[in-house]
Amino acid sequence: MKDAATHYCQGCGHSVIHRLTAEVIEELGIADRAVGVPPAGCAVLAYFYFDVDMIEAPHGRACAVATGIKRANPESIVFSYQGDGDLAAIGTAEAVHSANRSENITVIFVNNAVYGMTGGQMAPTTLLGQRTTTSPAAAGREAHREGYPIKVSELLASLEGSTYIERCAVNSVRAIRRTKKAIREAFLTQMNGEGFSMVEILSPCPTNWKMSPVKSWKWIDEVMTPYFPLGVIKDSRKGSKKDAG
Amino acid sequence: MKNKEKRLMRGSEAIGEAAVRAGCACYFGYPITPQNELTEYMARRMMDTGRVFLQSESEIAAINMALGAASTGARVMTSSSSPGISLKQEGISFIAAMELPCVIVNIVRGGPGLGNIAPAQSDYFQATRGGGHGDYRTIVLAPASVQELYDLTRKSFELADEYRTPVLVLADGMLGQMMEPVVFNDKEILPEQLPDKPWTVKGAKDRPSRFIRSLLLDVDVEEEQNWRLYRKYQRIERREIRHEEYYMKGAELAIVAYGTAARIAKAAVKRCVEKNMRVGLIRPISLWPFPYEHIYKTAETVKHFMSFEMSTGQMVEDVQLGVKGRAEVLMYGRPGGVVPTPAELFRVISRAYNKIAREK
Amino acid sequence: MLVKTIFAGFGGQGVLLMGVCVATAAMNEDKFVTYMPSYGAEVRGGTANCTVSISTDEISSPIASSPNYVVAMNNPSLLRFQHIIKPGGYIVTNSSLVNVELGRSGVTQIQVPGSDIAEELGAMRSANMVMLGAYAAVSNVVSFQSLIDAVGEVTGKKKKELVEFNIKAIKAGHDNAKEQIKKLESIEA
Ligand SMILES: Cc1ncc(C[n+]2csc(CCOP(=O)(O)OP(=O)(O)O)c2C)c(N)n1
Repeated sequence: MKDAATHYCQGCGHSVIHRLTAEVIEELGIADRAVGVPPAGCAVLAYFYFDVDMIEAPHGRACAVATGIKRANPESIVFSYQGDGDLAAIGTAEAVHSANRSENITVIFVNNAVYGMTGGQMAPTTLLGQRTTTSPAAAGREAHREGYPIKVSELLASLEGSTYIERCAVNSVRAIRRTKKAIREAFLTQMNGEGFSMVEILSPCPTNWKMSPVKSWKWIDEVMTPYFPLGVIKDSRKGSKKDAG
Repeated sequence: MKNKEKRLMRGSEAIGEAAVRAGCACYFGYPITPQNELTEYMARRMMDTGRVFLQSESEIAAINMALGAASTGARVMTSSSSPGISLKQEGISFIAAMELPCVIVNIVRGGPGLGNIAPAQSDYFQATRGGGHGDYRTIVLAPASVQELYDLTRKSFELADEYRTPVLVLADGMLGQMMEPVVFNDKEILPEQLPDKPWTVKGAKDRPSRFIRSLLLDVDVEEEQNWRLYRKYQRIERREIRHEEYYMKGAELAIVAYGTAARIAKAAVKRCVEKNMRVGLIRPISLWPFPYEHIYKTAETVKHFMSFEMSTGQMVEDVQLGVKGRAEVLMYGRPGGVVPTPAELFRVISRAYNKIAREK
Repeated sequence: MLVKTIFAGFGGQGVLLMGVCVATAAMNEDKFVTYMPSYGAEVRGGTANCTVSISTDEISSPIASSPNYVVAMNNPSLLRFQHIIKPGGYIVTNSSLVNVELGRSGVTQIQVPGSDIAEELGAMRSANMVMLGAYAAVSNVVSFQSLIDAVGEVTGKKKKELVEFNIKAIKAGHDNAKEQIKKLESIEA
């Protein structure tokens, strides 16, 4: 990590996830090979914090940009870092097809159930009943009008090409440890040339959820995880050491 | 709601309210700053009025939803800001080819790329040259106040229906975010009060089936379709040019500016006039069709023009096309989201004016 | 006449509402008026500000590069805007929260303990209304009555008691500032 104060709001999960990702990169000794692709989203400025090579992508296209980098220079360890709007709305096609091709890249997928950067609009992962500025009805998001929250991990896991997919959270010390382990497994998958890996991370957005940080941690446990269950969603690796943590 | 009453409105709300009162039945959009207030306003208002609001999964989806809704004859609108408008271009080309009415709002931000969210005028080329692929144009209106955001959005729906063509409203974050008094000088129309359109596809009940398409494999047929569109665009050019003049009588230097830049220019020109400088302002309100003819006529007597834009210079090419070599065309621009102050522009104009005076 | 004012504070202090009230009052007095809020990521950084321009003529830019008045509800607002105030202009500070010294000369500072006065009246949250009253007294750009009417118009849709309370708060701020202006004038005289 660079020695920089981040721009993130109080209680935001992005900074923790940055830190975990950077620690894994350092511990695996791949900092000089890593290339990151930050999204259009709150994490767009990630290149000010990660001390590895990085390139911005148009909104939603990070998986395609990562594919290009990896194909052109297979020695690179390429990861995209994307929000739920970026990956699961405008970038769905790129994500699905990268997974389907078993593109040998790693996706850090930050699910905070809203569009953070643009000020709290509905995301594909916004829960039923959750009110946002674009699902303003008293009843919040309703399936008959706005559809269901997308379970991206399960969706991509159903594709033959995806290799390692795990869903974690960053709302407690234990959850954070688990997340770091998952990110490590995902990068190892790529280093062993085994194909597409993704870690989905349930991450608090106190600002747009209009909650205190502590309350937002609770909300992840009480509202998010029942719908987005944590754990390894898919692991079809052959070579790499499986970690039973 | 009383009609002639002034109310303080945010620019984005004025656009939204104009759409609602024009009988817009469907709005499709995707979040992007600095136009989120419009999307959010439509979320509330369309829901309240029982009309269609849908947040799409992308701008590409939004414009194609608009295409679909327009084919049923409904008045439709979509909005975005620069990067999102780039994504819509394929759809806009299809809408133009299929001759569907559709209103598209671009709250322009600093670019290229992600750029920033500050007010800019750097999408002029894209807006006025069609934007997507193929031989087509879109009507482009450039409001300069919240009142005009209201009036011209309302007008856009009428133009879109009349000419069966996409109409673009080009504004920026300053106009979209600011509040000014607005008077509604119009009557509200409900979607169900709009006349039926004879070309829609909503089921071949009691009539032969029809289709709407843009694929014309036969080159002769495609050529004829292009000429047909061309003739329509010529008709629009004859009838729909809008512009405003300010202190142009006796002017020796004409500033040409639109939208936010025109507001700044107005103040600078006023200061020039107070200092006995013969400077005036031409403000194109329709950017396509552009007031070429008017500028050409003006250039008969006015020998110096200055295009003032919040870009490195795009409209300046149209000013040049207008004067056709009859006059000198200067350019002053600030790209990247910078909004120059009237004082800054006044200094620039003064310098140019004094140089002109010396050379005379 | 063109008067530009920046209202600035934390998000949640109601500075945008202050601007809307003043702009509404000016509109009802048939003046030209623009209101421009800070927007985008700036807002989520925890600070908020808006600029109100009032004129007898068309207004070109709703942005203020050199405002005549600044109403600073907290320290960062004073620090950020003090240097752009027009010479001879005013800064009205919420002295309950603003404790840094004004770092320039050529402008007049009026200190009104907005949060304390609001608390005494029974609602800390109405500090913005107190400061609005103070601003009205200092600037005279809109009449006291049309400001009161505007506040009713803007906030009144919700609750009558709230409107009455706000009027009380505006009056308190107005009186406090008037008192100080009188003192200043007597020193100068
Ligand atoms: C083509 C295009 N459309 C829209 C945007 C505006 N935009 C920037 S980030 C973003 C989504 C932010 O939400 P998410 O991906 O969930 O990430 P978060 O900010 O919550 O971390 C959007 C819609 C853009 N930059 N480009």
